[in-house]
Amino acid sequence: MSPRAVQELQPASTDPAFIRNFCIIAHIDHGKSTLADRMLQITGVVSDRDMRAQYLDRMDIERERGITIKSQAVRMPWAQNGQTYALNMIDTPGHVDFTYEVSRSLAACEGAILLVDAAQGIEAQTLANLYLALDNDLKIIPVLNKIDLPAADPDKYAEELAGLIGGKAEDVLRVSGKTGMGVEELLDLVVESIPAPVGDIDAPPRAMIFDSVYDAYRGVITYVRMIDGKLTPREKIMMMSTKSTHEVLEIGVSSPEPTPSKGLAVGEVGYLITGVKDVRLSKVGDTVTTHLRPATVALKGYSEPKPMVFSGLYPIDGSDYPILREALDKLKLSDAALVYEPETSVALGFGFRCGFLGLLHLEIITERLEREFNLDLIATAPSVIYEVTTDDRKTVTVTNPSEFPGGKIKSVSEPMVKASILAPKDYVGTIMELCQGRRGSLDGMEYVGTDRVELHYHMPLGEIVFDFFDHLKSRTQGYASLDYEPIGEQEADLVKVDILLQGEAVDAFSAIVHRDKAYAYGVLMTERLKKLIPRQQFDVPIQAAIGARIIARESISAIRKDVLAKCYGGDITRKRKLLEKQKEGKKRMKMVGRVEVPQEAFIAALSGDTETKDKK
Amino acid sequence: MGSALPLGDPAPLDGLLPPSVVELSHDHPFGVYLHVPFCRVRCGYCDFNTYTSSELRGVKQVDYAGQAVLEVGLAATVLKNSGVRDRPVSTVFFGGGTPTLLPSAQLIQMLRSVDDAWGLAPGAEVTTEANPDSVDARYLTELAEAGFTRVSFGMQSAVPHVLKTLDRTHDPERVPEVVRWARDAGLQVSVDLIYGTPGESLGDWERSLDSALAMEPDHLSAYALIVEQGTKLARQIKSGVYPVPDDDLEANMYELADARLASAGYDWYEVSNWARSGPDTPASEFRSRHNLAYWQGHDWWGIGPGAHSHIGGTRWWNVKHPAAYAERILAGHSPAAGRETPDARSREIERVLLLARIRSGLPIASLAPDARQQIASLIGDGLIDGRAALRGSVELTLRGRLLADAVVRRLT
Repeated sequence: MSPRAVQELQPASTDPAFIRNFCIIAHIDHGKSTLADRMLQITGVVSDRDMRAQYLDRMDIERERGITIKSQAVRMPWAQNGQTYALNMIDTPGHVDFTYEVSRSLAACEGAILLVDAAQGIEAQTLANLYLALDNDLKIIPVLNKIDLPAADPDKYAEELAGLIGGKAEDVLRVSGKTGMGVEELLDLVVESIPAPVGDIDAPPRAMIFDSVYDAYRGVITYVRMIDGKLTPREKIMMMSTKSTHEVLEIGVSSPEPTPSKGLAVGEVGYLITGVKDVRLSKVGDTVTTHLRPATVALKGYSEPKPMVFSGLYPIDGSDYPILREALDKLKLSDAALVYEPETSVALGFGFRCGFLGLLHLEIITERLEREFNLDLIATAPSVIYEVTTDDRKTVTVTNPSEFPGGKIKSVSEPMVKASILAPKDYVGTIMELCQGRRGSLDGMEYVGTDRVELHYHMPLGEIVFDFFDHLKSRTQGYASLDYEPIGEQEADLVKVDILLQGEAVDAFSAIVHRDKAYAYGVLMTERLKKLIPRQQFDVPIQAAIGARIIARESISAIRKDVLAKCYGGDITRKRKLLEKQKEGKKRMKMVGRVEVPQEAFIAALSGDTETKDKK
Repeated sequence: MGSALPLGDPAPLDGLLPPSVVELSHDHPFGVYLHVPFCRVRCGYCDFNTYTSSELRGVKQVDYAGQAVLEVGLAATVLKNSGVRDRPVSTVFFGGGTPTLLPSAQLIQMLRSVDDAWGLAPGAEVTTEANPDSVDARYLTELAEAGFTRVSFGMQSAVPHVLKTLDRTHDPERVPEVVRWARDAGLQVSVDLIYGTPGESLGDWERSLDSALAMEPDHLSAYALIVEQGTKLARQIKSGVYPVPDDDLEANMYELADARLASAGYDWYEVSNWARSGPDTPASEFRSRHNLAYWQGHDWWGIGPGAHSHIGGTRWWNVKHPAAYAERILAGHSPAAGRETPDARSREIERVLLLARIRSGLPIASLAPDARQQIASLIGDGLIDGRAALRGSVELTLRGRLLADAVVRRLT
């Protein structure tokens, strides 16, 4: 057993031979954060007294959901055979939406701990990240976690892991992040089996940005991995993608609180602070060099964050619009992938069209807006990017059904993904049924271990963003996991379906769907609205239409009775209060033409909750 | 039992009214409502403040008239001490519950106390509600001789299965008989009908209307059944024993009633009330003046548990349970549980919502400018009568009566 290191190695002058850079690849809930906590404690980086569960996950949402959104890096000392090492643990985001960020985190490492719950086995996202890690030539250390749980079946899942990455089942390390069992052995194994970083100390400096985080007090904190050369405080640095230059105000390592150092050299992992206020000036994947003696070739793998999923966000109380704008402006500082622009909807008023990396990203942003800025929001149905070519050969990029061109359409192409679904083999039939219903085509299927199957599908992203995951979970009692990656565009027979109230299109309900599904969508929405919209003093036709062609119709017949029959002496106070309440309700109505629609009806129709019909 | 009291301000133990009532009390007629909170059985749809003998927590029905008389005395003192001008009583109304569960002598004792306190105005209207199975010819004659002028029978329906759903116990065959006795005693007769009872068809309703009209009452009230929260009927509907009432069927029933009643010589004068008129009978002859006073915002004192009162812009309501009521009254305290003095804006809403229900009850000139701007579109939507509007008043059309709450929302 190794003791805690007595003397830490100093950043900027550490021999790369004694540095180990690694990350932990794990599924949500498989205990990555708990294991990381235990490592911080065992290496003495965090005192037992300061230990706060899941130290690395900063945001409340992360802690509550048990997922890591933003990664960080921590430098931990560890001694073995009298030699002190610096272990840099780079935390990776654990979700499919952040594939690019994951890939940059992996590129900053030489090795990865593949952490799997000994009671659940490997999940689809973990598999995806494992592929990425192997792709980056990372040394993999397979580890089973939570072996203290009664439901743990380490023998079974050790076989499974060995089958996936090669090697023997008995070499799979067994730990418990909760009790600390096996964690010291794991740290030793990191030192022994993960290669030391290599780089040219004399070359012009090159550092890869694997994360950048906005801090309200310090501005943007940029996390880097030094590949070549050395960076020092007060140095003027340059971002290679934009050629923008900044002065380094502070450079250092996290252990885990930011600790300034004399610099960072080959193989080291740390942070830079330049006083920049916007994460867009410090992009993940970019290469940092020095202004005086710049590198000529940037590191490979940089790409701009590209939003894949779009949704309109509207404040339920229209007067909250300025707060929403301010909130988005603030979130943008810490989230380079978030894009938005103002948008107006007849039904929902003023809001913003927002672009997200994926569904989880959308959910996280919405939740942060609601929680941190106290906003009540409604989100329109998520949409993807369509390229629409009209008969006169003009191409329009459509991220919102309202931009879908009228007139003759020559072709529409939509983003496709390669989806991987991992589930117990008993659910294969139901999953295939779901995927085929979502226009998926099966690429292949393989067993993982003895009782689980990974299915590979080509599917339109548009089909996935629309409640696919909910259906997948409910059909498999929550056992299936999903991962997907974009694989380009494909033409499809897509049409825009409008929903009309008394002949007026309600923009929030327009959707771009496959022609075969247009009718089903039309019927679904017209029926839903019929249930949700209160009767008016006149008949209200509800129609679904493709262009001028009506494909589904319902009608709300005129209300004929809206009077309380009896009103005597004892009723007057009650009756007045009822009337005042009704009038208050009327104020929250939105007008679509002459039709009064309660805001709740829009919300319910968008969320599929048809139980809340407001009668007045 | 019954629906909850409103939330309001606390009322003082001496019952003294705020100074504002003096100014707002004008020269309105003054009415007295006397509540009799007893029933032999509770009907499944009813949320009125009434109690069967098993629910009385030791209070005795026989002691009640004496307590009501004490409140009448308290009322006279409070009005005097509050500076409200003394007025004779124009209308008296005994409601419940079932007032006729009490011996006629007790109703008469209560009426006497009102006369003693303020005096009855010449031609005062004195009404009691009655169940067809709780009175006989002698009882009715005694009331008439003591000064009662009007009786309102809770007929509700002529169809046995509808009466059964409503938990009404009387024999429908008996109704024409009690109506005849009342008329013989010299009383004006009104009958109450309820439509929209679960399981009631349009044909059933027509039968009830025909039976009621065959008795040639002077006045008729027809109420759509309101399913009040907390009633047995509400629970039966929630659990699926009965279907949810259908608003469209109720609209058909209302239209049928209005047509039948109009052709039989009954004019509507309030959304749910019709009075007989004719060449020799002025339209106002058989209208319920007591109920009109509620809608016109006049002053009245409500005697008894849970009773509501209105004097000069202040409304209050008594404690609900007869036991709590008896305790207050016997201690010499006001039985008021809470009260409110709505501000000018709320009073205007009340005024419009009440007067709009009365035929030509709401002068257009009395409306705020915003509300007056709605008049043209209300005529256009067929909700108020154009000719009546040209004459200066809001008069709901048939469609408008069925959508009266919507009209009121546009006018407030």
